Amino acid sequence: MTSVTSNQLDAAAAEAARGRPVRQRMSRDDLLMRIMLVLLTLWLVGTVLLPLGALLRKSVEGPAGEFVGLANFVQYFSNPALTASIANSIWIASISTVICVLLSFAFAYGLTRTCMPGRSVFKLVSQIPLLAPSLLPAISLVYLFGNQGIAKDVLLGASIYGPIGIVIGEVFWTFPHALIIMTTALATADARLYEAAAALKASNWRTFWTVTVPGARYGLISATFVVFTLVITDFGVPKVIGGQYNVLATDIYKQVIGQQNFRMGAVVGLLLLLPAVLSFAVDQYVQRRQSAALSARAVPYEPKPDRAIDTFAFIACGLIAAAVLIVIGMAFFASLATLWPYNLTPSLKNYDFDNMDGGGWQSFYNSLKMAGMTAVVGTALVFMGAYLVEKTKGFHTGRFIFQLLALLPLAVPGIVLGLGYIFFFNAPSNPASFIYGTMAILVLCTVAHFYSVAHLTAVTALKQLDQEIETVSASLRVPFFRTFLLVTLPVCLPAVLDIAMYLFVNALTTVSAVVFLYAPETTLASIAVLNMDDAGDVAPAAAMAMTIFFAATLVRVLYILLTRSVLGRTQAWRRR
Amino acid sequence: MLRRALFAAALAVVAGTANAQELTVYTALEADQIKAYQASFQKAYPSIKIKWVRDSTGIVTAKLLAEKAAPKADVVFGLAATSLMSLDKEGLLQAYVPVGLDKIKASMRDPANPPKWVGMDIWASAICFNTVEAEKKKIPAPASWADLAKPAYKGQIAMPNPASSGTGYLMVAGWLQMLGEEAGWKYMDALHENIASYTHSGSKPCRQAAAGEYAVGLSFEYRANRTKKDGAPIEAILPKEGLGWDMEASAIMAATKQLDAAKKLLDWSVTEEANKLYAQNFAVVAYPGVQAKLEHVKGDVEAQLAKNDFAWSATHRERILAEWTKRYDGKSEKK
Repeated sequence: MTSVTSNQLDAAAAEAARGRPVRQRMSRDDLLMRIMLVLLTLWLVGTVLLPLGALLRKSVEGPAGEFVGLANFVQYFSNPALTASIANSIWIASISTVICVLLSFAFAYGLTRTCMPGRSVFKLVSQIPLLAPSLLPAISLVYLFGNQGIAKDVLLGASIYGPIGIVIGEVFWTFPHALIIMTTALATADARLYEAAAALKASNWRTFWTVTVPGARYGLISATFVVFTLVITDFGVPKVIGGQYNVLATDIYKQVIGQQNFRMGAVVGLLLLLPAVLSFAVDQYVQRRQSAALSARAVPYEPKPDRAIDTFAFIACGLIAAAVLIVIGMAFFASLATLWPYNLTPSLKNYDFDNMDGGGWQSFYNSLKMAGMTAVVGTALVFMGAYLVEKTKGFHTGRFIFQLLALLPLAVPGIVLGLGYIFFFNAPSNPASFIYGTMAILVLCTVAHFYSVAHLTAVTALKQLDQEIETVSASLRVPFFRTFLLVTLPVCLPAVLDIAMYLFVNALTTVSAVVFLYAPETTLASIAVLNMDDAGDVAPAAAMAMTIFFAATLVRVLYILLTRSVLGRTQAWRRR
Repeated sequence: MLRRALFAAALAVVAGTANAQELTVYTALEADQIKAYQASFQKAYPSIKIKWVRDSTGIVTAKLLAEKAAPKADVVFGLAATSLMSLDKEGLLQAYVPVGLDKIKASMRDPANPPKWVGMDIWASAICFNTVEAEKKKIPAPASWADLAKPAYKGQIAMPNPASSGTGYLMVAGWLQMLGEEAGWKYMDALHENIASYTHSGSKPCRQAAAGEYAVGLSFEYRANRTKKDGAPIEAILPKEGLGWDMEASAIMAATKQLDAAKKLLDWSVTEEANKLYAQNFAVVAYPGVQAKLEHVKGDVEAQLAKNDFAWSATHRERILAEWTKRYDGKSEKK
């Protein structure tokens, strides 16, 4: 090392202070990292950006592939039957959002701000909807409130097929998503504000509206947009229980699968992209604001026992949890009935998938395989990408582009991504077209579909690490990959397992993106649920959905056991 | 990483082409029919392996059209003849004279010589009527299509969406031909008032009737027969005005690389043995003399078939579906 005089250091510091960074010579490590980052960027371009581009192109093409400008859009907007779906979608999504956000706020409040008993049980129950495809609540609602439903009188003669069914199903399915956001928002509060409120003799009610709600406002906004987007882009629930009530997501499916009209499907797909992109933008904005909401001097708020509030919260959360359990329980019960509703003798007849549509038990094994591959490949890619984008020195443009691409899937509904994949990968001119119809394309698409959340988890974990680890290893001339394997990876193990788990469960339950991409050897369990319901085999569809649910639950339990034992050993340093 | 994914993909492709005698067959046959057909074919030609791609008529047709540039199928087996005619128009099929073609009924094949497609059986519309629910709700059994437009059936009927379901399309095409276009649409307007649900597949209405979800399911005779056999409290009714129908037929794709094996499958499809298997599911099959009456369907399906011009039905498919969608699909349920 050449000696550096203090003068030179001072000059460098002064230069840095003026905003011009010190130019360092790029080491071999830096070069390697940049090349890898570029490769990963290209991978995201190929699996996210180009398929979207193909979709965009399709929407301005005529039947023979010629450019027709906005003709397809004009045709779409001149068909009142189709445009009615826009209003329907917005209406459904708005109602579901209001209900879901209110319920999740109440539930999160119970979990974080009260001392009600059974909070850990409530927390577990609230996560149940994540473990099943969105088709499951819809099927269950048919058994609960359909024309032969055991509780149909509750609806006072109204039909479950249509807006009512869609809203209930969507609220069930999106509840855990909103709850995670609301719990985070309510978990962090500054106790000093509550002390001040108490000192000023403000009533509980007043404190709630002037301290609690404003404190959680970013969470509320974020949850609102997340739920709205999830609902407006989901097609599982309206597909099963929507009846004649058309929404945008089911229109895409009908246009593409039912009517062979790929161009119109592309048009509707682009329309669906709008709310998702808007929601994404708002969420990004909110997240930036929220980080500054809590100052370093804040004192964490600890709820104190309050008999009235605790009892009330227990009842409210208990009702919500009971509703979740009833929906799952009903589907399980129906899947075991011999011939609903005339012969309720329990049998496993509906689990005899091999004599039905959807690919039989093989589709379940395919799903496990696909989810496993997605978890392994996806976690490796995501974590590497996050590491490179966090730790590469300089290279601002490259990192910025990667970061943007990594977050892009968050704004792309699965059904839109899947449609883009058909156009992109089934074009004979695409050198990668040979993966069309294989397991590989399902894995590729699913990794891309769920990339963003996994990426954010990884980035958050990496940010917690002291930057000095890299600096020290660099000065000791340890290659970055050794530091990565020996220090960074083990330290971030909880996040890595978390990502793998997230990818696995989502790959198991997703329907939207893969519905256009499966082939006969790669039928998936979640798609089988859809196809069996379509063929009228509703009870077997419930049975397959329950099979997925049990598999996801089992994996989840294994994950908890694994993290306990592994993390016990590798994460001891976190405890003081 | 990417390389790993590509490697996995490459492996899958290699595994797929390793067996030269593998046929990719697109079909709209019911999942519960395929097994018997497959077993019989396998016995005759043990070296040919079939990879089935099964879906509703509309979807199989859509898939084949979408893959026009790079067809994946070798044979289309058991798809509506009207759909095969649209595929033929796109130049996707190749002509072939199966060994034994002269033995099947002249009406059950493409009239062109050599034929682009050969028929297997005829599938016709039928009504599944739930007797338990009917008694509870005092709904009379329908005897005709006209009956279904009466107020007694309001909110009690499920019907397949013709855009996705072949069974749905043959009903609509049947009404339009029986009544004429104007009266046909008028009938459907009236029927629409009674329809509770338009389903994706032709089987679902019958299954829903079987589960008592609705009292009446417009479906087809195979599903009606089968559902009743499974123990559901339904009657299979053949409406007296006549039945809409279509033909399940098979064809070889022009782009196939497995021509020999493809020919074998078509040869098998016109044999007496194959037709005996079809006859277990359908009342009217291509081979003369092989006729089995369906156990649970009353009446004579063949005698009741309405006059049906396939060419008309195929040519106007797109226009009819567009009109149907405009009239009924976008109309949302009353809130």
